[in-house]
Amino acid sequence: MDIKTFIIVAVIKIVLVVFIMLTGVAYTTLLERKLVARIQNRWGPTRVGPFGLLQPLADGVKFILKEDLVPDNVHKFLYILSPMLALAMSLIAFAIIPFGDSVTVRGMTIPLQITGWGGASGNSDINIGLLIILGATSIGVYGIALAGWSSNSKYSLLGSLRASAQMISYELALGLSLVGILLLSGSMSLREIVKQQSNTWMIGGFNTHLPHWYIFPQFIAFFIYLMAAYAETNRIPFDLPEAETELVAGYHTEYSSMKFAMFFMAEYLNMFTVGCLATLLFFGGWHGPALPFLPPLLQAILPLLYFAAKVLFFIFVYIWVRGTLPRFRYDQLMAFGWKFLLPLAIANIIVTSFIVAWRA
Amino acid sequence: MVHQVLFIIFGLICVAGAVNLLVQRHPINSALSLVVVMASLALIYLLLGAEFVAAIQVIVYAGAIMVLFVFVIMLLNAGSEERSSGSRMALLIGVPGVLVLGCLIGWIMINNNKQLGGVSIAATDFGETHPIARLLFRDFLLPFEITSILILIAIMGAVVLGKREG
Repeated sequence: MDIKTFIIVAVIKIVLVVFIMLTGVAYTTLLERKLVARIQNRWGPTRVGPFGLLQPLADGVKFILKEDLVPDNVHKFLYILSPMLALAMSLIAFAIIPFGDSVTVRGMTIPLQITGWGGASGNSDINIGLLIILGATSIGVYGIALAGWSSNSKYSLLGSLRASAQMISYELALGLSLVGILLLSGSMSLREIVKQQSNTWMIGGFNTHLPHWYIFPQFIAFFIYLMAAYAETNRIPFDLPEAETELVAGYHTEYSSMKFAMFFMAEYLNMFTVGCLATLLFFGGWHGPALPFLPPLLQAILPLLYFAAKVLFFIFVYIWVRGTLPRFRYDQLMAFGWKFLLPLAIANIIVTSFIVAWRA
Repeated sequence: MVHQVLFIIFGLICVAGAVNLLVQRHPINSALSLVVVMASLALIYLLLGAEFVAAIQVIVYAGAIMVLFVFVIMLLNAGSEERSSGSRMALLIGVPGVLVLGCLIGWIMINNNKQLGGVSIAATDFGETHPIARLLFRDFLLPFEITSILILIAIMGAVVLGKREG
């Protein structure tokens, strides 16, 4: 594949992925409202369209039509920049994520990944995929931190201070929890890590028929990852940055209209990223049981369906947790991150590296 | 060709960020300019084929360290700096000084091109994860470990000082 076709194909892929992701975000809000309503024994939105299915559309129209306020005495450049930064950084992560193996169109092999390329020696992608996602997350902190600071409001500032402190603290545990996987797989390319999870676990020549997913040897890392990721995305039970009983809405108190919507989309996109990464690293990506009785068309998109189903499962867990758990207190949050998750992650790395060294 | 064009673009962004860092009067704008400098440096590393170094540059410098800078500036709620007579002097002497220094370095580099040797922006595996890990954990293991102990001592020192203050 030469560079010109690569760029054309990449642009098509970007348009598709952005469209699908933003639609996904819109319908995740509906799913969340419906599910939380069910958990609280209510109906949720039912008025717009059948079963309230057109509610996200109405919300979108509402966001666009609302007045776009810029309060007095804000730092105007940063006030406008920060929602863009938050949204852009959460979208960048999807450039790295492989959604499936590849499709063949007119003899050209196209990997289902924006930055992947197909060649004679198979599909490949950049060897630092995981690090790019971590990097995008760490730049995304600026969006939230600057939003609070530039709004010239006490609530926003306190919210963004909380958010930055929380995200810096939990980024450590998040990064360290993934080291175990890197030790086992010996690669930072997400495509390579998924490829290694395609078989079943063999214990001493005995086929266990369990899929070769890294969740089984790394379940502690998975637990740490999930906890840290909830804190990174500022979701309940770690939503102190936007605790509505204390801070009105936290860092986006002063934002209205589409600027608020951009923060909202960024938060939900981050949830998707977390779900995708958990699927890729711990749950075998697009791999799943082959179903030979299905028609060929369904067979072709089966990996994509597996991937989507796994990601949807994580979104469901997010909403479930939101519906059931109360919020942490701030000192509990910090103690949990630094005194429990971080030592546990380091212990996991030590044990994993001993096992890897023993097997080598 | 593409490499050269991209190098010039990112180099210009980097220099513009550095100049903006000095010109801005508000600390937070300066800190953010430094983020721009760090990020464009990362892109230049990427052009050199040093993927891993580029990613670490973004995560550690642009991400972790600069977030702490911004965090501290936000906490202290620092205002704009005043222009003093000292800063005017710095402007008068500094700008010509930098120009002279830049011309001098450029002149030396162009004249001694042969002795200094060039840098190729061809793809090498020098900056990828495996070669770097091999260097750090095999060839230079002792210096690497000593550096980490040095950093540990610095952290402990910071904790002790912080305890005494509070």
